[in-house]
Order: sequence, then C-alpha cells, then structure tokens
Amino acid sequence: MNRGGSSPSAAANYLLCTNCRKVLRKDKRIRVSQPLTRGPSAFIPEKEVVQANTVDERTNFLVEEYSTSGRLDNITQVMSLHTQYLESFLRSQFYMLRMDGPLPLPYRHYIAIMAAARHQCSYLINMHVDEFLKTGGIAEWLNGLEYVPQRLKNLNEINKLLAHRPWLITKEHIQKLVKTGENNWSLPELVHAVVLLAHYHALASFVFGSGINPERDPEISNGFTLISVNNFCVCDLANDNNIENASLSGGNFGIVDSLSELEALMERMKRLQEETEDEEASQEEMSTRFEKEKKESLFVVSGDTFHSFPHSDFEDDMIITSDVSRYIEDPGFGYEDFARRGEEHLPTFRAQDYTWENHGFSLVNRLYSDIGHLLDEKFRMVYNLTYNTMATHEDVDTTMLRRALFNYVHCMFGIRYDDYDYGEVNQLLERSLKVYIKTVTCYPERTTKRMYDSYWRQFKHSEKVHVNLLLMEARMQAELLYALRAITRHLT
Amino acid sequence: MEKMSRVTTALGGSVLTGRTMHCHLDAPANAISVCRDAAQVVVAGRSIFKIYAIEEEQFVEKLNLRVGRKPSLNLSCADVVWHQMDENLLATAATNGVVVTWNLGRPARNKQDQLFTEHKRTVNKVCFHPTEAHVLLSGSQDGFMKCFDLRRKDSVSTFSGQSESVRDVQFSIRDYFTFASTFENGNVQLWDIRRPDRCERMFTAHNGPVFCCDWHPEDRGWLATGGRDKMVKVWDMTTHRAKEMHCVQTIASVARVKWRPECRHHLATCSMMVDHNIYVWDVRRPFVPAAMFEEHRDVTTGIAWRHPHDPSFLLSGSKDSSLCQHLFRDASQPVERANPEGLCYGLFGDLAFAAKESLVAAESGRKPYTGDRRHPIFFKRKLDPAEPFAGLASSALSVFETEPGGGGMRWFVDTAERYALAGRPLAELCDHNAKVARELGRNQVAQTWTMLRIIYCSPGLVPTANLNHSVGKGGSCGLPLMNSFNLKDMAPGLGSETRLDRSKGDARSDTVLLDSSATLITNEDNEETEGSDVPADYLLGDVEGEEDELYLLDPEHAHPEEPECVLPQEAFPLRHEIVDTPPGPEHLQDKADSPHVSGSEADVASLAPVDSSFSLLSVSHALYDSRLPPDFFSVLVRDMLHFYAEQGDVQMAVSVLIILGERVRKDIDEQTQEHWYTSYIDLLQRFRLWNVSNEVVKLSTSRAVSCLNQASTTLHVNCSHCKRPMSSRGWVCDRWGSGVGRWGRGLQAAQEPLLRRPPSCPPPGATAAPACVPSATTWSRVCSCGARAAATAATCSTS
Repeated sequence: MNRGGSSPSAAANYLLCTNCRKVLRKDKRIRVSQPLTRGPSAFIPEKEVVQANTVDERTNFLVEEYSTSGRLDNITQVMSLHTQYLESFLRSQFYMLRMDGPLPLPYRHYIAIMAAARHQCSYLINMHVDEFLKTGGIAEWLNGLEYVPQRLKNLNEINKLLAHRPWLITKEHIQKLVKTGENNWSLPELVHAVVLLAHYHALASFVFGSGINPERDPEISNGFTLISVNNFCVCDLANDNNIENASLSGGNFGIVDSLSELEALMERMKRLQEETEDEEASQEEMSTRFEKEKKESLFVVSGDTFHSFPHSDFEDDMIITSDVSRYIEDPGFGYEDFARRGEEHLPTFRAQDYTWENHGFSLVNRLYSDIGHLLDEKFRMVYNLTYNTMATHEDVDTTMLRRALFNYVHCMFGIRYDDYDYGEVNQLLERSLKVYIKTVTCYPERTTKRMYDSYWRQFKHSEKVHVNLLLMEARMQAELLYALRAITRHLT
Repeated sequence: MEKMSRVTTALGGSVLTGRTMHCHLDAPANAISVCRDAAQVVVAGRSIFKIYAIEEEQFVEKLNLRVGRKPSLNLSCADVVWHQMDENLLATAATNGVVVTWNLGRPARNKQDQLFTEHKRTVNKVCFHPTEAHVLLSGSQDGFMKCFDLRRKDSVSTFSGQSESVRDVQFSIRDYFTFASTFENGNVQLWDIRRPDRCERMFTAHNGPVFCCDWHPEDRGWLATGGRDKMVKVWDMTTHRAKEMHCVQTIASVARVKWRPECRHHLATCSMMVDHNIYVWDVRRPFVPAAMFEEHRDVTTGIAWRHPHDPSFLLSGSKDSSLCQHLFRDASQPVERANPEGLCYGLFGDLAFAAKESLVAAESGRKPYTGDRRHPIFFKRKLDPAEPFAGLASSALSVFETEPGGGGMRWFVDTAERYALAGRPLAELCDHNAKVARELGRNQVAQTWTMLRIIYCSPGLVPTANLNHSVGKGGSCGLPLMNSFNLKDMAPGLGSETRLDRSKGDARSDTVLLDSSATLITNEDNEETEGSDVPADYLLGDVEGEEDELYLLDPEHAHPEEPECVLPQEAFPLRHEIVDTPPGPEHLQDKADSPHVSGSEADVASLAPVDSSFSLLSVSHALYDSRLPPDFFSVLVRDMLHFYAEQGDVQMAVSVLIILGERVRKDIDEQTQEHWYTSYIDLLQRFRLWNVSNEVVKLSTSRAVSCLNQASTTLHVNCSHCKRPMSSRGWVCDRWGSGVGRWGRGLQAAQEPLLRRPPSCPPPGATAAPACVPSATTWSRVCSCGARAAATAATCSTS
C-alpha cells in the first residue's frame, strides 16, 4: 500500500476539519483541492450518474421540493439512478428535518451530526454543520459535546448502541432518558431522535458504500454556499485509497471469470426457485443454518486479511477520530459480532414477534405522526424495487436476491426470520459480496473501492447502488426495530 | 345444518356457567380457539401449544401438544383454529410457513396429523370451512391463499392475491363457496372457492394493512374488518359495491375482530400494540365502547366467544402469558362513566347545551320563550328502543343563540394581540399591559396591572414617599369603587366588552363553521356529549348580563305567550355577587388602621401623584412601604387570578401567570394552571390568533401545555383550479403540475434559510423568520396551472 501518498493529505484534511467551523464563522474562504475523481461518487464513473441525471427532470423536481439544501447534492445524484426510491427517500428525510415534529430544527441537525460522527462520516457532518447553523443553531455547540445541553448529551449512549450494537438497547436505556427530570426527553421527542439517528447511521453506510465524493462547488457559485460546501476530510482519505486500489484491481479480473460467475448465480437462483419442496430441511437444520450464517458473518471481515483494511489505515482513523470525536463519546466502541457474544444470553430477535408492519409502524406513527407512513413507503419501495434485470440478463425475478440481501443484514444484527432458509444466503451471496455487505453495514468507514469492485463484476453500477439502498434500509429497519421494541417494553 | 341445530339444543339443555377467571400460561399466546362444545380452548404461541378445559372455577390444562425432544419451528404458531364440526380436528399456522393439522383422536402422544409445506413465508391465518369437514384455507405472507382438502396430500387450489401478504382469511358463514381475504396493502378480496383464477370482488377497505376480518354470524353479507389505521369497518357485501355501513374508531391498530353472538350490532376487538384492553362495541355507537375488559397486562393477541350462541362469555389470550375468561356482566362499561351533560360555547357566545333527556323534558314544562327575531335550534333524536344505552346516555341538545347587536369579542382579540408577555422587565410589561387595558376601556384590568407592578417591582422604582400622598385622593375615588365592587358597577366595563357581536353576521357564519359547528354536528349525530372542550365556566361572566336573552326553545312545547327563560339554573352557575372583592384595596383598608402604617401617613398629603395611573391604587405603596416582601401578597394575587378566571377572563389570569412567572406559580396548583392555559389557548385558537397562542404555549411552564407544541399540525391545501387536494407531492397539484420542473433554481438558494416556502413563491417578505416555521403566514402561491392557492399555516412546531 502506498502509505506515503495518503498520509500528508490526511494531515491536511485533519487541519481543515478542525477549521471548518471557524471558517464558517469568520467567513474565510478556503479553496480546497478537488477530489481526484470527478462526479458524485468515487466508485462510479461520473458519466454513469450524470448521464442518467440530465435525462431525469423528475429528480430535479424532487430536489427542489424536498431537498433541505436546495442543491442537487452527491447523494441525491447517485440515488437518482433509482428515481422511484429517491422520492420516498427525500420525502421522509425532508419530513424528519423540516416538517412538524417534536424537536427544534437545530436539534435535528445536531442529532444528524452526532449520528454521522459515529461512523466518522465527514460528508454528512459537514452538510449538517452547515444546515445546523442555517437553522439558527448555536455555533458553540459545534465545538463538541461538552458545549451542548445535557439533554442532547444524554443521547450519546443510545446513539452509540444504535450505531454499533443495537441489540443491547433495553428498556432501561429508554427509561433513563424519559425519566422525569431537568433534562428528560418526552417520548415523541425520543422517537424523533431515534428515527433521525437510525436514518443517519444508515445513510452513512450508503455514503461510504457508494463512495460519495465531497461536494464540489456548485456551478452557480452564489457566495454563501461556496464556503461551507467545500470542506471535505475523511471521505477523501478513503477515496484516495480507493483510487489506488482501483488501479490495482482494475484489469486483474478476467472477464470470462466474472461472466461465469454471473451465470452460476443465475443458475443457483433458478434452482432454488424450482425446488420449492426440496429435501425439506428439518427445523434443527434451519436454525443451524441461521447460526452458521451468523457465525460465518463473524469471520467475513476479521478473518480475511486480503479484504480487510490495511492495518496502517487504522492509525489514520485514529487521527481523524480525534477531530470527529468531539461529537461522540467512547469512539472506540464499535460493532461487535452478534454471534460472538452469542453465548446464548442474548436471545435472537424473532422477526415475527416484533415486525415493522405490525408493531414498529404503529408505535412510531403514534408518537411521531406520519413518519410511519413515510418510512413504511420507503421500506416497501426498496424491498420491492426491481427492473427485472440482472447485469445483462432481462426478465429475471430478483426477489430472492433482494430478500437474501435484506435478511443477511438483519442476520448480522441478530434478527431471524422463521420463514427464511438461511441456506439461500450462502448460495446467493458470494464471499466478496458478504465482505462488502458486512463492511458497509457494520464498519462503513472502512469500505474501499476494491471491495466495491470485487463483487458482482458484471453488474451495472446502478444495480450496485440498488444493493447499497437495500443495505441501508435493512440496517435502518434493524436499528429501528430494536429501539422501538425497547420503547414498547418501556410502555408495557 | 343438522349438526348446527344440535349445538343450539345442546346449549338450550345445559346453560353455560362460569366466572371471570384467568390462568397463567408458560409463554405468550399468539392465538386461541374454542372447541365447539364450548368446554375446551386451545392456546397457541411461539413456544406454547396447549389445550385447556374450561371448568366452573378455573382452567385446567388438559393436553400439551408441544411434544418432542427439540420442538421444531413447525410448532411456532402464528394462528390456531379448532374445527367447528369435528372436536378432534385442529389446524395451526406456523411462522415458518407450514400448515399443520392435528388429530386429537390419535392414540399416540404426538397428535400431529398432516404437514403442508407449500407456503414460502409465514402463514398468518388458517380457517376451516364452517360446514365442510375436510376443507382448510390458509393465508400467507407470500401473498397466496391455499385451499387444502385434508384427505389429500397437497393443496387443492391456490389463490393469488396479486399483492402483498395475506393477513386474514375467513369463510363466509352463509355462502358455502365464498371466502374473504384481507391484505397488507389495505385491500379486501372476495373469492369463490371454485374459481382460483381471479377474485370475485376487490375493494380497498383501510389505509394500511387490514389485520383481520369477521363475517357476521347472522347478517348475510356483513363483514367487519379491522386495520392498522385504528378503524373497524362494517361492510355490506350484498350490494353491488361493498358499502361501508359502520365505522368504529379505536385508539390503536386493530388486531382481531369478532362479532358477538346473539347481538346483532356488537363486536369485540383487541389491538396489536400499546392498548391492552378488549373492547366490545356497538357499531351504531362508535364513540364509546359498550363494554371493556381490562384484565390483561400486555397486548391481547387472541379473542374468541366461548359459544356461538352465548353472548356473555369471552375468552382471550395475551402476550402477558395469560388466558382469561371474561364475563360480560363483569365488564366495565365506559358508558356509565360518561357524562351525559355537555356545554359548549360558540365563538360569539352561542351556547350549545346537551343534557339527559329527562332533565330537559322536565324543564321544558316551563315553556320556553320564543322570540321571532331569533332562530334557535333544538335537536331531539328519536329514541330507538332497541338501542343500547337508551336509558343511560341519551341526551338532548339545545342550542342557544345570542342576541344580535351585542358587544363583540373585539376587546379579547385586541388585548391578546397587544399584551406584552415577555422580553422586558416586569415593570415595563405591567405598565404596557395596563396601558393596553386602559385604552380598551377595561379599567379594572388596567388597575390590576398597575397594582401588580407596584407589588412586585422594587419600591425603588417609585419612591415610596411620592405615593403616599394619594391616600386622600384614593379615598375619594379609588377605594369606594373597589369596595363596592360588584357586577353592576363593572357593567360598563366588563359587560359591554362581552356583548356578542351579531352585526357581523357574515364573518360570523364562517367562523362558526370552523369551531362550534363541529361540536354541534357530532352531538347531533350521536348524542354522546362527553363534556365540552371549552371549560364550562370561563365565559359565563360574559353571558350572565344577558341571561334574559338565553332561552331554550323546544318547538313542540313552544308557547309564545309565556316568555320565560328555562335554562336550568343548576346547569349553569350564575355569576354570583362578588363577595371576595379584589384583594388589593380591601387589604389596604385593613392595613390602614394598623399603627405602623399610620406613621407614614404623615408624609402623604404634601406630595403630588407621579403618574395618573397610580392615582387609584397607589395607597398600597405607602402601606407595605418596602418592608413587606412581595411574597406577602402572593395569596392575594392568587385570589385575584382565581377571581379573573372564575369571572371568565382567563386571558388575564394567564397573562399575569406568565408575566409573574415564578413569583406566583408555586401558589397555584399545576392543574389549575394547566386548565387556564388550555382554556386560553383554545380561545385564542378559535379566534385564529395562532401567533399569540403559540407564544403562550412557548412561555407556559406547564409540561402538558408545552407538549402541545410537539404535536403536528397538518396543513391541507387544495388546488384552487381543480379543487383537488394537493397532498401527494407537496405543493404541486397532481393534475396541473406537469411542468413543474421549470421553477428557477436560483430561487432555491435564496430560499434556503427559510423553511419550505413554496418554490414558486416570491422571495420572502417580512412574514417568515429564519429557523422557525412561519406561524401565521398566508402563503399565496401560484400553482403551475396558474391558479392561486392560499393557505394559512397554523402553529409553529419549533420552540
């Protein structure tokens, strides 16, 4: 790995980051070197995204309607590959940030910052620092957590758990927050906060998973947007790496190889679909398969030195962390495999006992009206989105694949579906994809372009974005389910 | 049919007996079902599957069907059903998608009979055919329904809902071939069992998943459905299009619904989340449940009437791991607790009054006055003797209109708008408000403000000496007034302010539409008067002066010759002569005799008044003379606030409360404060003073009140061109909004600091402040079709 190249830039970024708030306030314009790749994403060639964009007037309309910044930011550009979904996404995000809700606007952005900081997602942090100030937030809060009201600080614990190990959230955590007192949260406020946290944790996954570039100057540089938009820090570091990786991995994989991979996948899907009544696995077998999948997910990243992040990069992480960590406590707290702590004292979350449709929705909608419908629509949209294509093939029923992706994410969070045969995951998701999924959902900040490139090499970028969307929503739903279940238990 | 009649006779022979009782299960239940002999119940859940015998005094575990070394997922039941023709036959739906049948007649310990593994996803519901012994129906998350013949290994037919998951399937009780299925997307489908290719009929019943449905046991074609949208709807399926007959609004999503046997209009419901009670509704009385069972500590997951012809026994299973038998006679009946009297003021003083019919009837003997210049309304609903609650909660609604040409509520609006409540020193606020009150001709209020200022602002502001002189002056004009304070004296002040404005008829009619009429209409419909939303007493003062004009008109008993007000006195506490006069002056008089005060009287005469507004009351300064801490007066101030509130001027009470803040808050109990706040806010909102009401909410210290700001405000906008609601896409009319992309991008940037101004709106004027939802901004915007749509935003949701 070319260490020499990336560390100076990391240092520069570090400086920039600490400055960016001051920059905002002092109105000192600093030009920042542009990221090496053009376009909204470091992983996806610019023309793939832009082409789609110019055609799509609908996206522009949506941005004007629902974007809080009023600009077509990079996330939106990448997502606009799936306009249908984009609409639900923007609507729900807009509702959380701007429409009626229990929390004051600056709070909402600050919570978004806190959530993004858990994954050191400077892209989202910068974006919301900007909006935080615009909505009248107190600039001092941006100096770090010790400057914010105790009430917000109290969210730390739940932010931390939700981001990395949501299964640890209990009703005691909820009780602590809502207990009457000086800094208590009302339930509607708490639900709003939880929705925001989950949304931005998941969005961080998407940002890293799709290699979203820092915002560039908007074409129409109208003074005040210019300054705030330019700051980019951590993302860029990741991207630098990715570009190197890209050059490494680019030609290495033979096309023949990947083609046959695709064929094999299609074949497996077909087989699974046909053998509706296979040998009829026993229940024990089924639950073993779930456990196996759970356990295997444990080794997916940590065991695989080839794919895992080069060790030296963790040090960079540390440096950067010190900057971002002003918004979080206990920065060392990270995802720990559900399976590893599965010494049977942490029961599996049975999806059928607390589903989003039956339980989660009712609760969230009760306490924070209408968000339930928006989230419901979004989950449904992403789950059902299909163009019936797979890479070059058309007229394919991808239901299985989508379900496998969704359930695999839930599996890593310890949520089990009784009616799902986890053997399918094994057959449908190849190892490199599993690595990618695990990284994006659990340690998004470690995602590299190499990981992104190494799976499904025949697939279109838009399909890979689709995968990212699925991962993001599955993760958000998992977090919400745990948090809402805890709230339900608190209520009963 | 033959068997059916046997059941009935069986019931006739031995009447069911039992008591309200419950038993603990080892695990949460997901569903229950009753054997046709009404003596056994089966409970199924993720880790429980047992049969209990229902005995006189208790449940007795009879059989555990969950056998085997390591229980498989096939035993993790989402639903269970007991065949109503065959006592030995049961079916369960497993969460892993397997349908299992059980034969209790099997000699082996394991009673499992058949296994159908055709569904790919969780099976939500199974249902036996009511008369056919071998027909079983299942509905699954995978969107398919399957019909099984138990004599065969596989399903006979598969029905595709062509949509998302099936939540419930129910065979019609009357139509041999028909079954209904409900879906996650809100649809209900009707199928003919012989035609699996397509459904006979489909309609959208709910917004969001329809969790359950139940055919009426007697009324052919009545189907009750319950959904996540917290509604129970009753559909008449016999007509060409399914017609909604009744709708019951519950407080939580409806998980199960079951018609009550032998009671044509009753059904029982339980909910999926949050609410643990079981309700029995009379669908014609959709607002108050007829009965309520409150035994469970966690959500109820299964309900079943014990016998198809006995309306008094209900069984239920719950997530709290208990099985209950409820007796109807032990149910709590919310109706008993309902208040059959209600009173509500319209914005301009019109009064609606609902009371028990008997009461009104008795009073009407007094012969109401019928003036020809007014058009009072009197609603009396025909009693349906068949209806429930007839004796309990039937009431009559009377509406009294006020005399035209009375005084308006202008003073209220003006005062609300002009009062300053925060942001300045106390003394200035008091002065300002006193000035406002005086300008509006409300002298007493003005005086009160002045007094408050004197009491609470340090005497240093107004040198004591300066004020003492006015004892003499005050004695001549101020004190007599205050001492003899009563209504008549205040008439020019209060009375005229509170006259109702009849002259502004136009403006009035549409305002009334907004608020009071809403109450009237619902009352008219259902007669359930659960207390008015306006506290009954706080405007009474205003109307009292005109009690002659208030009357009840009952057309049937109208006797024009006998002009008399028949308003029941007791329903309507008249304003009493005020015995406890405003605290200030009285107190001063007492003090005037005390020795320590008299000493300072010496200085008095020589000084001239500093400010004319002090002339009446300035005595007080001399008297406490900076030696009495403001605390000393807090009792008096409290009484004063109560006085105003009682008198109907809740505005004053709340304003003082806000301005004085901590100084008096501790003396008044939380509930009263909350009551005042809500009353005032309600009034303000009726006058559409959103800004003021929002300010009050913000300044209030009561938790319940500040929560008001956390609730959502929905703003509905219609396109003025095509009159369609512009809901689906923000601020654009679906129909006319095709060319919306052309809105200038540059504008967006300018808008950024603002919240969601409509995109085509010109740059903001002074109306909206950054970082806050504009509170009462009227947005005029151009729909892309060129039509203008205007809307008024309601309250601000940020703090």
